[in-house]
Amino acid sequence: MLAMNYRGPYRVRADEKPMPQILHPEDAIIRVTRSCICGSDLHLYHGMVPDTRVGMTFGHEFCGIVEQVGPAVQNLKVGDHVLVPFNIACGKCHFCQQGLFGNCHESNAQATAVGGIYGYSHTAGGYDGGQAQYVRVPYADVGPTVIPDWMDPDDAVLLTDVVPTGYQAAEMGAIKPGDTVVVFGAGPVGLMAARSAWLFGAGRVIVIDCEEYRLEFARTFGPAEVYNFREIDDVVVFLKKQTDSLGADVCIDAVGGDASGNALQWFFGTKLKLEAGNAIALHWAINSVKKGGVVSMVGVYGPTGNMVPIGNVVNKGITIRANQASVKRLLPRLIEHIRAGHINPKAMITHRVPLTDVADAYHIFAAKLDGCIKPVLLPNGA
Amino acid sequence: MAQALVDTSTIPGWGVDTDPKNNPTYPMRHIEDQKSRGLTWQRPPLQEPQVEVLQSIEHNRLPAVVGTSTPPSGLSGAIRRYAFRRSESDWWHWLLLMGADRINVVEGVIEDLAAGKVPNVPAEMGAKSEWQHNKNGLLLKAGATLAIGAVLVAIVQARREDRADEDEGETIAAEPTRVTGPIEEPAPSVDLPASQVVPLPGLDA
Repeated sequence: MLAMNYRGPYRVRADEKPMPQILHPEDAIIRVTRSCICGSDLHLYHGMVPDTRVGMTFGHEFCGIVEQVGPAVQNLKVGDHVLVPFNIACGKCHFCQQGLFGNCHESNAQATAVGGIYGYSHTAGGYDGGQAQYVRVPYADVGPTVIPDWMDPDDAVLLTDVVPTGYQAAEMGAIKPGDTVVVFGAGPVGLMAARSAWLFGAGRVIVIDCEEYRLEFARTFGPAEVYNFREIDDVVVFLKKQTDSLGADVCIDAVGGDASGNALQWFFGTKLKLEAGNAIALHWAINSVKKGGVVSMVGVYGPTGNMVPIGNVVNKGITIRANQASVKRLLPRLIEHIRAGHINPKAMITHRVPLTDVADAYHIFAAKLDGCIKPVLLPNGA
Repeated sequence: MAQALVDTSTIPGWGVDTDPKNNPTYPMRHIEDQKSRGLTWQRPPLQEPQVEVLQSIEHNRLPAVVGTSTPPSGLSGAIRRYAFRRSESDWWHWLLLMGADRINVVEGVIEDLAAGKVPNVPAEMGAKSEWQHNKNGLLLKAGATLAIGAVLVAIVQARREDRADEDEGETIAAEPTRVTGPIEEPAPSVDLPASQVVPLPGLDA
């Protein structure tokens, strides 16, 4: 089968690889119909996540047709078209039982800090991902969800990560009616966080980024007030001025370690990799939120450390909430939102690319070329 | 406070998920559902991995399912095995893994070459899309790379020439003077009166 093949930082290609096998009674094999490149795949692509091995296939946002099921699978049958949450979750452990499907204790041998994630390095379990024609899906009775007949598969594939991650960012913000919410990052997750903030009753939603085309998209998709931080002398002072000098009620970091906007962080984090990425978005979030406010983090950082003003967290009495999205928990509500027309995820898809051109798709997305917001790979054709 | 630019009455679904229970501790944990603590849940069937799977020392047992992509191999694999003797809390664990990742890239090239395949690095880096969508940027980068390359070559060339000159000079100085004729006796020195002694510049008188 054809699959994306990581060869090193900034280098990927499509190669023939062996077909995946059923390795556990609760496994399924899925023929992939759509597979997105996620902003967090770019952390892998840029060589920022430890234990990213040459030869691995990335891809944790995918949907597809059930091709084969293990003997213990009961809820899926061959031919079902399913969306597959990016979390690999057993549904039985201490954490899954609390709805923390992103923190499963039975899916990642290499680390205890995070559950298994498809195609996201060995730090997230060492599973090949869905940027391939076929993929092995463990715990097939827990994660995969049959796509409703009425739902566009383009919406379905975005329900595997982007939509729930953005929604959970707003949920973790504990937004109250009338709150001012600042979202750092106008990528797909930031866009969904801005859109979701309204569902929780926000009074103002402000999006900060440096890419004009993305800000322009956020202005209508959010809808949101948008500002380019490259045109602002000091982001924190600017946001304070927007909020009577008090700060925003809720700040959301939807950027993670691949941020721009601070030369020192960029040099130590992005280039020297002495930090777990460039944490300037989190830095701004901590300093822009009001005293007693909430910082919600869904941006992905590496597992080491970052320079952030942690003293201000104490001094300001900030609550920091963070997690990988618990996709399975959020799916029923999000499916309702799509059906009701409250959200329209597929509007974010800008590029459809055959798997053979995966290297170009990664480059276009990473370099923000051609107005790219969300690229979707089509491993088995349109 | 600056005026909000978006009228919330125009937003479909505005406030539908407002819930007073959504305070900062929700939905972190459902403690009331927690009947027991510790590793007491009924485990799924256990996968028997057919490849080497490294395990965090913070786990006291292998999870029920494991990923089997790209098992550790070669020098990078040896470093990864060593790294996994340390906990996730130890900075060295991660730095060793990052080092192994870089070595693994070289191993990947060797693996390609051994399989008779020369990796097309520009294609793997998306050069085609760069040409399509950022021609000026690509030309600028190519120009800058060529210019830096040319400067480096010129520096190396100049240093090589300098070294060659130095070597030549050293060779001349080191060569013994060949005397082919009869050796003449040096003329006897004559003591001059002090008034006729002229100090040489740069030397103490």
